[in-house]
Formats: sequence, structure tokens, C-alpha cells
Amino acid sequence: MSDVLVLAEHHESEIRKVTFELITAARALGTPVVLWLGTGCSDAAVAALGSFGATKILVAESTDVTDHPVVPGAEIVASLIGSMQPVAVLVASSADGKEIAARSAIKSGCGIITDAVEIASDGTVTQSIFGGSTVVHSRVTHGTPIVTVRPNSITASQSAATAVKENVAIAISDAAKLVSVTNRNVVEKGARPELAEADVVVSGGRGVGGAEGFGVIEALADSLNAAVGASRAATDAGWYPHQFQVGQTGKTVSPSLYIANGISGAIQHRAGMQTSKVVIVVNKDAEAPIFELADYGVVGDLFTVVPQLTEEITKRK
Amino acid sequence: MKIAVCVKQVPDTWAEKKLKADTSTLDRESADGVLNELDEYAVEQALQLVEANGGEVVIVTMGPERAAETLRKAISMGADAGIHVLDNNLAGSDAIATSAVLAKALEGRDFDLILFGSESTDARMSVIPAMVAERLGLAQVTFAQKVNVEGTTLIAERVTDYGFDTLTASLPAVVSVVEKINEPRYPSFKGIMAAKKKPVETLTAADLGLDPSVIGAGAAWSAVADFAARPPKPAGVVITDEGAGGTSIADYLTTSKFI
Repeated sequence: MSDVLVLAEHHESEIRKVTFELITAARALGTPVVLWLGTGCSDAAVAALGSFGATKILVAESTDVTDHPVVPGAEIVASLIGSMQPVAVLVASSADGKEIAARSAIKSGCGIITDAVEIASDGTVTQSIFGGSTVVHSRVTHGTPIVTVRPNSITASQSAATAVKENVAIAISDAAKLVSVTNRNVVEKGARPELAEADVVVSGGRGVGGAEGFGVIEALADSLNAAVGASRAATDAGWYPHQFQVGQTGKTVSPSLYIANGISGAIQHRAGMQTSKVVIVVNKDAEAPIFELADYGVVGDLFTVVPQLTEEITKRK
Repeated sequence: MKIAVCVKQVPDTWAEKKLKADTSTLDRESADGVLNELDEYAVEQALQLVEANGGEVVIVTMGPERAAETLRKAISMGADAGIHVLDNNLAGSDAIATSAVLAKALEGRDFDLILFGSESTDARMSVIPAMVAERLGLAQVTFAQKVNVEGTTLIAERVTDYGFDTLTASLPAVVSVVEKINEPRYPSFKGIMAAKKKPVETLTAADLGLDPSVIGAGAAWSAVADFAARPPKPAGVVITDEGAGGTSIADYLTTSKFI
């Protein structure tokens, strides 16, 4: 069967969930071959990738790859498109993923589709656009299809294979090393799951009223093992860090459960969470547009409703 | 220093966006066209860099006739000139073709920096800056939350999923910015008046020496098979809290097996 090249999304040796979703999607198209850029590809990582059906893990861990963002990765992907002739390349819709996809598409003369939520075995890609209001089916018509897949859209399933690790030695051009990383600043994310791939997201907006108000949001999130999100109103006001912003200019999330607290539901915000499966809303204002999305909504003060909910959840667990 | 800022006219953020049945492309006529919000941050950053280091700011756009309004709007913030790539044959261009057009419009003009907003609010692909950098063979510094220039060295902070990376590169470079980077200014009355007199070059694909076979809908490397509006979500249950609102949500979560 033909190979499908999957770019692993990982932070050091920690594999992001979307990687398993990509391998699952790749199995419908052919034989998943994983490309691992950078260090951290431990034996455990190889075994984990194999348990989802990856047959081969190609590892490129030279400092050429780790010291320079995006472009070396794109050169390696483009080179592998040439040598492996895969039937498709699947990449996560992360900042790096999309840009590696973009540059390798130009290098290899291949069409690109971003933010897929589903890929059929015939290569038809489903996208959910305009904040989830329109569903589009499309296909790449030129070269090897390069598709970026939105995290949490495809359900990962295991399919045991024995993965073999192989080092790839692909020379990186000087043109790919024009930008150097001089420092990596890792912001402590704590024990909560990563926002883009969390199964449950609890978020707060203007109604939270201030940075200290996020305490009740975090407590509810922790009772559900959820990620915390924030509306742009809250991050612009400096109440919660920018990287937790959900919406048009922030992260797009698609969890099983989204709990919006004190968020009015401006299009800006809805565009980032509208594809959530179940939406719960708590808001003082009965007219807030976010209630249109609610499967279950409570008109009330979040500072009484949310702590009561947290307490009930803790009691029932 | 000489800075280009690439901007895009997009449907008003508040308008409902639709695809056109005949071309499967965005219906741009049914909504007001506005300057893509994130591009305002790129213009602001360019103006701040020129205020600190001297130089000029050129706004570049590709789009139909009415995109000229957006170009003027961006110039009215304080830029010096504009380039408008205007050609009916460009309609329906995909990201691959759009990046080819922008690269042609930008090359050979000795820009030290080419700035973009990190995404457009309509297509939301976030790939054009990387594609333009690829085509021009320039350093790429995207998703920047901070940009400084010292001599010919660019020092920037790139937002990552884990925090941010500090990057350095030599100019010239392609940079995209996130909205955290600054607070865009409003055009002043003086700026709006002055913008009317700033030079704008209007160029066709032929002027740029672009092969007609690489632009427009016919040259796209992907094609829409079909699309449909997602059926509206059935209305949910909304109650007013009378003391047990939190408990009622917990009941709902228990019934739906979340707890």
C-alpha cells in the first residue's frame, strides 16, 4: 500500500494527541509513515506511534532542525515528498504545522488544504468554515495533497503496528537557516490539558470582571479536568494570558463540552468554539447571543452559579 | 528603512459570511469590505519602526476595485504610498497563486521588512506570509508579539503553543504579527486627508510579468466539490437561576454522562 507521510506534533518527547488523530486519518489513505522533527523520539514514543498504526518513524534531530524554525522542516517534507512519493501529507493545524505545509507545498508544487475536520479514503477533505456555519468538501487537484488537520476533529483509534525508527539525513540548505532561535520561553501551563486538544474547555469573558475572577473559572475547569479558555475581551484586558484566547484571532477549539461563563458570544468568539459538541452557557444577560449556541443555559450570576456547579461536580465524582 | 505592509480587504467581521453557489468562492459583495483587523497591527508596527529608525511604509494589496478603499484606509494611518494589484483574472486565486502575485509585487523594490497580519479573518489559513517568504527566499519570522530592529538585525518574539521563542535574523525579512504586539492608531483627520494625495500604483498581472496560467480560479491547486450550510442547532434549554442554577447544570452534565 502507498505511504502517507504524517508530521508528528510533539514537545520534546511528549506526543500531542493530534499526532494520533493524524495517524488514524492516514490509515484510511494508506500506510502511515511518521516524520519526527527534533529531539525526543524515545523508544516509548516509537511504541506509542506504532500502537496507532505507524510503520516507520523517520527522525531528523540535527541542530539544523532544532535551531531554526519552520524552514528546515519544510525542506525535509519537500525532500520526502520527492523521494517517498506519498499519496498524501498530513500535518496538524498548528502554527508550525501550517507553515511547514505552506512552504513544502510551494517547494514541491503541491496543493494544500488547511483546517480539515475529516478526510475520506478517496482524499476528499471536509472543512468547517465561517465559524462552523458552512461545511465544505474539497480536493487537492495538483501534486501530492498536503492537508492540515484541526486538532480534536478526528477520533484517534489504535491499530497495532510495529514501528521501526530510521534516521533521515537530509542536508539543510543555508537558506533554511536565516532565522535562529536564541531562546525558548516555556510558559508554565500547569497540570491542565492543552487548550486546542482538551476534551472539555471552561472559559471566561467580560463577565468574569477581572483577573481574580478567573479563580472560579479555574476551579470549575479543574473539577472537570478541563482546559481554561478566555474571550478576547478578557485577554485584551489582561485578566488572563493571551495564549488561552479562544476565537477568531486566538485558538480554535472543538471539545466535547464547552462551558462559556460571562461571555456574550460576539462572532469573534463564536468563530473559535462553534464546533464544540455540547455548549453550556452561564450569563447574567438573557439577551446575550451566546445563548443561541447553548444546549443548556443558565441566566444568572456566574459567581453564584459556577461555584455551585463546581461543588456539585466534586460531590458527584 | 523601507517597509512593505501587505493588507487584505475582508468582509466585515460582524457580517454573515457565505460562499457563492456558482464559483464556491467567498461572496464579497454581500457584506461591507473592511481592512483585515490583524493587518492594522502590521501597519502600526511598520509606522512605529519607521518613527524610530526613519524610512518609508508602502501598503500593498491584491483585490478587486473596491479594495482601493482598504488600501487608502491603511495609508491614512500614516503610510507613504500604496501598491494595488488589480486584475479581474486574479479572481478565485488560491493561496498558492496569491503568494505568487504578492511575491512579484514585492520583489526588486528593496524592502527591508515585509509585514503581514498573522491571519485574515475570512480564510484564516495563516499561510501567505510563509509562502511569500518561501518564494522570495527571505527570512521568515511569523506570529511575532514583539519586533525590534537593531541596525540590520531583526530580533523578535514568536508566539508558540508553549510560550514564545526569541528569534534573530538579518534583514530583509518577512514578518507576521499577532494582535498582542501593539495598539493600532486611528487615522487622524490629517492622515485621512493626506492619504488622498499619497501615490498609489495600480498594477495588473501582466504588469508584474505573471504567467496567466498561474493565477485565478483556473490555476487553483485544489477545488471545492460541494458545500452546504450546517443545519442550525436545535434550540437548547435556557433557565433562569433561582438558587439552583449550578445544580441544574450538574444534572444536565450527569444526564449527558460528562460526570
